[in-house]
Amino acid sequence: MKTKTRSLSKTTRSNLITYGMVVAAYIIVEIFLRAGMVSSLLEGLLVPLCMYVILAVSLNLTVGISGELSLGHAGFMCVGAFTSAFFSRCMETAIPVSGIRFFLAILIGTVCAALFGILIGIPVLRLKGDYLAIVTLAFGEIIKNVVNVVYLGRDSRGFHVSTKDSISLGLEQGGDVIIKGPQGITGTPNDSTFLIGVILILVTLFIVMNLINSRTGRAVMAIRDNRIAAESVGINVTKYKLLAFSVSAALAGTAGVLYAHNLSTLQAQPKNFGYNMSITILVFVVLGGIGNIRGSVIAAVVLTLLPELLRSLNDYRMLIYAVILIATMIFTSSPGGQEIQERIKLFFKHRKTKEA
Amino acid sequence: MKKALSLLLVGAMTLSLAACGGNGDSASTDSAAEESTTTEETEAADSEGGEAFKIGGIGPITGGTAIYGTAVQNGIQIAVDEINAAGGINGYQIDYNFQDDEGDSEKAINAYNTLKDWGMQVLVGAVTSAPCIAVAEETRNDNMFQITPSGTAVECVQYPNALRMCFSDPTQGTESAKYIGENGMATKVAVIYDSSDVYSTGIYEAFAAEAANQPFEVVSVEAFTADSKTDFSVQVQKSKEAGADLLFMPFYYTEASLVLAECDKQGYEPTFFGCDGMDGILGVENFDVALAEGLTFLAPFVAKSEDEMVQNFVTKYEEAYGETPNQFAADAYDSVYVVKAAIEAAGATPDMSVSDLCDAMMGAMSSVTYDGVTGKSITWTDGEPNKAPLVVQVSGGEYTEL
Repeated sequence: MKTKTRSLSKTTRSNLITYGMVVAAYIIVEIFLRAGMVSSLLEGLLVPLCMYVILAVSLNLTVGISGELSLGHAGFMCVGAFTSAFFSRCMETAIPVSGIRFFLAILIGTVCAALFGILIGIPVLRLKGDYLAIVTLAFGEIIKNVVNVVYLGRDSRGFHVSTKDSISLGLEQGGDVIIKGPQGITGTPNDSTFLIGVILILVTLFIVMNLINSRTGRAVMAIRDNRIAAESVGINVTKYKLLAFSVSAALAGTAGVLYAHNLSTLQAQPKNFGYNMSITILVFVVLGGIGNIRGSVIAAVVLTLLPELLRSLNDYRMLIYAVILIATMIFTSSPGGQEIQERIKLFFKHRKTKEA
Repeated sequence: MKKALSLLLVGAMTLSLAACGGNGDSASTDSAAEESTTTEETEAADSEGGEAFKIGGIGPITGGTAIYGTAVQNGIQIAVDEINAAGGINGYQIDYNFQDDEGDSEKAINAYNTLKDWGMQVLVGAVTSAPCIAVAEETRNDNMFQITPSGTAVECVQYPNALRMCFSDPTQGTESAKYIGENGMATKVAVIYDSSDVYSTGIYEAFAAEAANQPFEVVSVEAFTADSKTDFSVQVQKSKEAGADLLFMPFYYTEASLVLAECDKQGYEPTFFGCDGMDGILGVENFDVALAEGLTFLAPFVAKSEDEMVQNFVTKYEEAYGETPNQFAADAYDSVYVVKAAIEAAGATPDMSVSDLCDAMMGAMSSVTYDGVTGKSITWTDGEPNKAPLVVQVSGGEYTEL
């Protein structure tokens, strides 16, 4: 038995704690749900929570492990959301079993987002630092704006696409406009559930944490730490950077699928798929600790719940949220804040030793 | 410095703890929620044996569309205060709680769930179209009576438990085209619309469809988006070149004031025709009112109307909030009275379940004929109000009803 525990490496143990945390959270929430002790607000927040966790973990792969500041994460989420919602809307009658349909939707959303990740990654990853951040920001906005001009309808003759308006689609009587430009897609089946969300979180964690601890992950981190040194030992820089970037994009697409199938309307607005969202996700990652996967999970959950729990403060809600955010950032990362943390740790240590 | 910092931290933590604690209470049980809702809106008395109808409202009171949400929030408040002062509905008072959705579908669902925890029985909302569609899905699952004051998209009322107070987008577009055609206002029409806005696009599409049946020709269609709504020189130039003698503007007054100014700059003088979003153009800061002279638009409500109910509402609103109410406030005010009319017609009581209440109210809606500030003898078919739009023209710096 002793040898077994010793054989578990430090990282494996840390990973198991992260999985355990998610599973425990799921079991606790599920028990409370069965007992009917969860408020409707929290019940409605469960799927968005899963979505934000996936987004934060996937962005951490780009920002923390690969060391590239990407501000276009919401763009990939948008791709995943729209492709999967489009698929579900088209196949609603053809595949009546929601489980199979949603599984296919997740696959399609993820794959499409990954393709976009590769497409965008090829030109973008030639840049570094601030330049990369700005270009990814621009690409995120481009994706959002392109989605906003697409009109796509279906009738007995097949699909029709236009970039002008839904009248110019020239649909037959009984034709169905599926993507209505800025009005997006309405009537997506609500297939997202908490269970699927949690499974997707576990899959995401599995992919990201295994990637980090693999040969590939070490190569990616070597590039992050010293590009020239990495190149000199024969690591293919472009390949590994692109790999990390597209895996991150694919997982963002998965989150987009969850998002699209949680609401019956899907519109690409600055609020949900613009840079606002990208920055919100970045905040989760930074606050949770760059490169720290478990931190991202916790930060995403706390920061999503916070503005909702502050609803009783009415007008001051967003103000307090912002103040808490600033305060937490200072507390966790400024030298002064870290000193306070040290003191608190010391204080508890003293007490422990005294008690002992 | 460090002390100040730690003080700030402590302050923030205490506040957040207090907030979390407060909310935890309200979420735990329904009866506790009644007492712990500290929102200012819920000042309504629950004197009548503690029984009251709980009306919830959802709309943006922060963010880019906050003016609409705030207007609705205020409009509902005035109606609720009036009804409560007059003895309530069927002798029961109204409890009112309004939640912010930031104009976002996802947040709207959170707002809806918060209201459900509070014990909402009837929903007046949501204010903007996309959140309204998202919330409608939830109200259908719960079978809750929903009336949206200003959700204009067709899908807002696609389910049998939802009604709307305003005109739908297609109605406005069709009515505008008919009015222009029947009154021979133009032979060549140019349209500028906001392609990133559901409202504007919806009106334009219906307008274009109806225009085919009317004796005028649409010679130019130009779009702008939320990101490019500060410079209209290109759109105006194109409309001018196409030789249009009427410019149709299905969007809100802030952008319209810029279009009017641009037309003046380019020396282009067509007839201007708008939709109900034009209401408020005379109040735009730094806008030369003379430019709007002759602007015609369809509207559900004119604050200057001599109608007794309108005057009563406008005076109260001005007293309470120091500004003239717009159509959002008026539609919201009427929505609450429609809820009252439906409850009275159904003879419902607050102890009924949400679903029973909805069935009773919806059953009674067919017999409800409502007179309000946004129209007279309004009846509903399939959730759509049957009311005639007013035609308003700006003349002498005032809105006048035609």
